[in-house]
Amino acid sequence: MPDKKITAPDVIGTSRMTPMEQSGKGAVRADREFTVKVRTQREIVLSRFLKHRAAVISSVVFLMVVLFAFVGPLLWHQPYNVYTNDIEVPPSGTHPFGTDGSGYDLFADVMHGSARTLEIAASVAITSTLIGTIYGAIAGYYRGWIDTVMMRFADLILTIPALVMAIIVSDKFSASIASAWYFLAFILAALFWPICARIVRAQVLSLREKEFVEAARALGGKDGRTIFRHIVPNCMGSIIVVLTLTVANTVLVETALSFLGFGVRPPDTSLGTLVNNGQTSIQNGFPWLFYFPALFIILIVLSINFIGDGLRDAFDPQQTRVRA
Amino acid sequence: MFAFTVRRLLASIPVLFFSTLLVFLIVASSVDPLSPLRARNPPIPQQTIEAEAHRLGLDHPLLQRYWDWLTGLFLHGNWGTSVSPSYDIGQRLDSAFFVTLRLVVLSIVLSLILAVTVGVLTAVRQYSKVDYAATAVGFLFLSLPTFVFAILLKSWAIQFNQAVRPNGPPLIATLFEASPNPPTGFFGKIGDAAGHLLLPTIVLSLISYASWSRFQRSSMLEVLNSDYVRLARAKGLSRSRVLFRHALRNALIPLSTQVALDTAGLLGGAVITETIFEWHGMGYMFIQAIGNYDLYPILAWLVVASSLVIVFNLLADLLYAVLDPRIRLA
Amino acid sequence: MTAYSNLTTGSDVLLAVNDLTVDFPTADGVVRAVRGVSYELRAGEVLGIVGESGSGKSVSSMAVMGLLPKSARINGSITFRGEELLGSSEKQFMEIRGSKIAMIFQDPMTSLNPVYKIGFQLAEAVLAHHDVSRQDARKRALELLEIVGIPFPEQRIDQYPHEFSGGMRQRVVIAIAMANNPDVIIADEPTTALDVTVQAQVLESLRTAQQETGAAMVLITHDLGVVAGQADRVMVMYAGKPVEIGGVDDIYYNPRMPYTLGLLGSLPRLDRREQSRLTPIQGSPPSLLSLPPGCPFTPRCPMAGDMCVDQEPELLITDNPGHSAACHYSALLVGKKPDEVFAASAEDALMPEAYGGETGAGTGTITTTHEETAA
Repeated sequence: MPDKKITAPDVIGTSRMTPMEQSGKGAVRADREFTVKVRTQREIVLSRFLKHRAAVISSVVFLMVVLFAFVGPLLWHQPYNVYTNDIEVPPSGTHPFGTDGSGYDLFADVMHGSARTLEIAASVAITSTLIGTIYGAIAGYYRGWIDTVMMRFADLILTIPALVMAIIVSDKFSASIASAWYFLAFILAALFWPICARIVRAQVLSLREKEFVEAARALGGKDGRTIFRHIVPNCMGSIIVVLTLTVANTVLVETALSFLGFGVRPPDTSLGTLVNNGQTSIQNGFPWLFYFPALFIILIVLSINFIGDGLRDAFDPQQTRVRA
Repeated sequence: MFAFTVRRLLASIPVLFFSTLLVFLIVASSVDPLSPLRARNPPIPQQTIEAEAHRLGLDHPLLQRYWDWLTGLFLHGNWGTSVSPSYDIGQRLDSAFFVTLRLVVLSIVLSLILAVTVGVLTAVRQYSKVDYAATAVGFLFLSLPTFVFAILLKSWAIQFNQAVRPNGPPLIATLFEASPNPPTGFFGKIGDAAGHLLLPTIVLSLISYASWSRFQRSSMLEVLNSDYVRLARAKGLSRSRVLFRHALRNALIPLSTQVALDTAGLLGGAVITETIFEWHGMGYMFIQAIGNYDLYPILAWLVVASSLVIVFNLLADLLYAVLDPRIRLA
Repeated sequence: MTAYSNLTTGSDVLLAVNDLTVDFPTADGVVRAVRGVSYELRAGEVLGIVGESGSGKSVSSMAVMGLLPKSARINGSITFRGEELLGSSEKQFMEIRGSKIAMIFQDPMTSLNPVYKIGFQLAEAVLAHHDVSRQDARKRALELLEIVGIPFPEQRIDQYPHEFSGGMRQRVVIAIAMANNPDVIIADEPTTALDVTVQAQVLESLRTAQQETGAAMVLITHDLGVVAGQADRVMVMYAGKPVEIGGVDDIYYNPRMPYTLGLLGSLPRLDRREQSRLTPIQGSPPSLLSLPPGCPFTPRCPMAGDMCVDQEPELLITDNPGHSAACHYSALLVGKKPDEVFAASAEDALMPEAYGGETGAGTGTITTTHEETAA
């Protein structure tokens, strides 16, 4: 939007009010301007986000990791699942991250592991946020017994430790469909959606009391329309923050599952499985087998956490109030 | 207050009931104790499989099995039958529970003390060096997976032990919850337990500390900017009185709920920690049962875990009501 | 001495604020919230400070109490009983707050700590400054509740704030302010957040508080009606500076600054016999981030001239020694009524007279006078 200039005559309302104009000195008075730049919400959020140094740096880092994970394999000569003759070789030119006990190139392994971890995290985050938003919005909007029943069910799912439940159920799935990661993603999404639902519900509960909702309904809007065209867009801030944090959480849970052997399984690999393979190698003299995959997990989660923090600040800055 | 407690208690019972139902349905459909038998080569005769199915009660419809199990548990204290006939679920649960309990409780206490202290400190000194440093450290711990941290600590401890006392017993225990030949005497035992508790507790507490301290910081900041804190200062009260009696008192309320909600996650985290440090607690019991496709110990584990979560939620509700008089009417 | 010092009535000057400025550095620049406030408060008198949001009235009072955030840059002087307050340590401020100078805040719903009983919060105020027993503090609390007019104080004293209505909570806040018989009570918009019917009750409690303690009071509000009934002297603030100071009669009957005139004109009056329209002041207060030179009221002022754009007027004494105004053309306002200077609304000014429009309202007289003075 262009800069909107408020000129003095606009403020007063009529030039007839300005004696100076009548006496010919109007030019001086009328030109007194106060420049007020009107910004869209998107611009405001973006500019606030960019002020958050850690978030900006993390965005860059995260982007680099994504490129590394998905574009890397196209450029790197060594595939992850083909073993070489270099057994347990420390990091060098041909193998920047070294190799493991079977001769697999760790560099390629980490690339593929990161890609797998990121794929799972992204799909879980999007799915659970989508389900959670719809669920929470409906519960918060209708309140009453619908809300109570819906949220009790959501709370029920939250009483079950996610990791444990995933372990139990993953057993069944992987037995029939070997290493299909989307089933793992499905399970995790089913365990994580209540978190988003809770947050969206809380927001909707407070927003539905606002006047714009009354206005929308007075205009004859149907419930579904009111919820999804009016209320939910106002929750966007919280939703986006939950989305990013779910990504981080999923990475942590999925790598833990894979570490224990219940998540992504061979021949597929994830960063968790790599850490599992490398856990004794620190003592045995091949520390790179542990440190590189571990480093990447930390890098991914850390950058997402900072991005989430920056987003949270951008959508809802905590400022100290000073009233004049 | 009493009426409130009773109401909340009564409300927890249906939750527990539905929780067991949900858990049973999911677990019973996922875990098949007969699968290792079926997969054997050369194959086992069908009769043996059916006999085993009958022994474990698997030949009944799902809902009936649920009912049998539920009534068996709550009316007769019968945890169910394991695939290994000598496995007494109740007994195993008992010992495993107390092993895990001391780890989880100690971690929560340590976490809370650290989180509240750092949360208050960083809120009061917002934007100072201390604040930035604590925030950076907090983020790091938030992004550190439990298993990575545990493995790191374990390997450093091993190196430390080798450097300090290469030929004797390890100074910092890296495995098990107690030494195979524990020292005698009260203090000896405590010392031994402490030495073994050190690493797992650090792992478990530092990760929940990270999220709680950030939570406490933002809660504290909100309270410090409130009108009633401003009025307290305007009354001429001392800084410490305003900080502790007025600000902290209010800022702790949301944290108590958050801690209760996080207990479910803590139980999961304990599984990983126990696996890496080879503790014979609930986590170990669980993983073992999974490996054996042993249905009933898994169910027992989940019942205990869910009950713990429900109890913690109840405690959080009560604590909230104690701390915030506005809630008592609800 | 300053241009606005009062006639010496013989009473002591309790609080003297001299050229107070408060700046807030923000991410977008420096906000100059207070740009040179000076006033004197004598024992027993009520000073009303009037202004819109953003005029700096609350910030200047928070500076007196030392309650501004650490990032605020404060200059000038604030003396209480001759002793300089600015630059005092927190400990020194603590001794004054609540016992010598007390403050009442705007929103009663959030001013009280929700987790403590009000008896506790009242007693706390007493115990902070006097070494008395708990029972004595409690007795004093009961006394205070009675004075401000809370019914059934023996039961109410053990209740929580959420069991009180807004008006009652504000009365409790007043009671807390009175607790130690302060010399000065600063009431920052005490009735703004309340219903009109409740406002009267709270103002009554405020009056009682002032009488019981004999304190001088600074009553900050944007509501001229509130000030009319309570204040002895009035200070009108705009954009961080006082633009008019004087006795309450002077301000209400002989305003000498267009802003004051405009404020009076925008008040609905029950005592007008003929039907007349309200004359609002168009526009909004300026941003304190980037204040242009000259008088900040210029864009909204129907009388603004060339001088107003370039030079900020100083507070100068008018024909009455106790009354000062900051306007280059303050002499022109003698005897003027609000609707003679401000038009009812922009649209009205353009409407045909038959429908109540006014043609060139106010411009005729002023223009000629302008040209006279300009010449």
